[in-house]
Amino acid sequence: MPSAAAALRARASVFAALGDETRLGLLARLTNGEPQSISRLTSGTRLTRQAVTKHLRVLEGAGVVHSVKTIIDAQTYLEHVSRQWDNALARLKALVEEQ
Amino acid sequence: MGDRIEKTIELKAPVSRVWKALTDHREFGTWFRVRLDGPFVPGGVSRGNIIYPGYEHLKWEAVVQKMEPERMFSFTWHPYAIEPSTDYSSEIPTLVEFTLEKTATGTRLRVVESGFDKLPAHRRDIAFRSNDGGWTMQMQNIAQYLGQHA
Repeated sequence: MPSAAAALRARASVFAALGDETRLGLLARLTNGEPQSISRLTSGTRLTRQAVTKHLRVLEGAGVVHSVKTIIDAQTYLEHVSRQWDNALARLKALVEEQ
Repeated sequence: MGDRIEKTIELKAPVSRVWKALTDHREFGTWFRVRLDGPFVPGGVSRGNIIYPGYEHLKWEAVVQKMEPERMFSFTWHPYAIEPSTDYSSEIPTLVEFTLEKTATGTRLRVVESGFDKLPAHRRDIAFRSNDGGWTMQMQNIAQYLGQHA
């Protein structure tokens, strides 16, 4: 029965995703049902944001967690875009002022 | 919602140098973090790829508006059009204008990006998900997987 085999395979992938201390730790921090940002999931751990993101992707692939988007207010959006410009202009300044 | 972002920066470099950094597509790419396919041409579409870490899968597209040598450079684009599957072409783009002015020490560069009030609210769903998004546990999935074997 191919469908039963597929179901088993899916379950095995879930357990494989869970079979890692770091990922179990992340999952434990998500059990209160509230969405948590990468920053919050990273704080208090020795992991980098990149590492946390990688582990979340593995959990996502197994269907154990998912990412949610946040619609932010207009002011926050503009502040975000504004920071991107500050960063870009700082790079431009470094480029044109280098000897 | 505020309509615009304005920035002014003093650069210790001659206007000609700043102009080149803005309008040479390779130089523009190094500080804007985009790899462009070809030179900027007024009225032309500029295409390329974002090379900002984490967003390398995204295309970059802008329409060059004005190129007044050593004075003004402008283009329109869809800011943070970061969902590869979304067609942004029906949205009103924002306008980015760079204005250069000679000063005693170099160049005063003014950047204005305007038109944010025309952006649909859902576009603020910017999904900079590494920063502002969140992650949740799909409890029902786990329950389902575990429950079926309990």
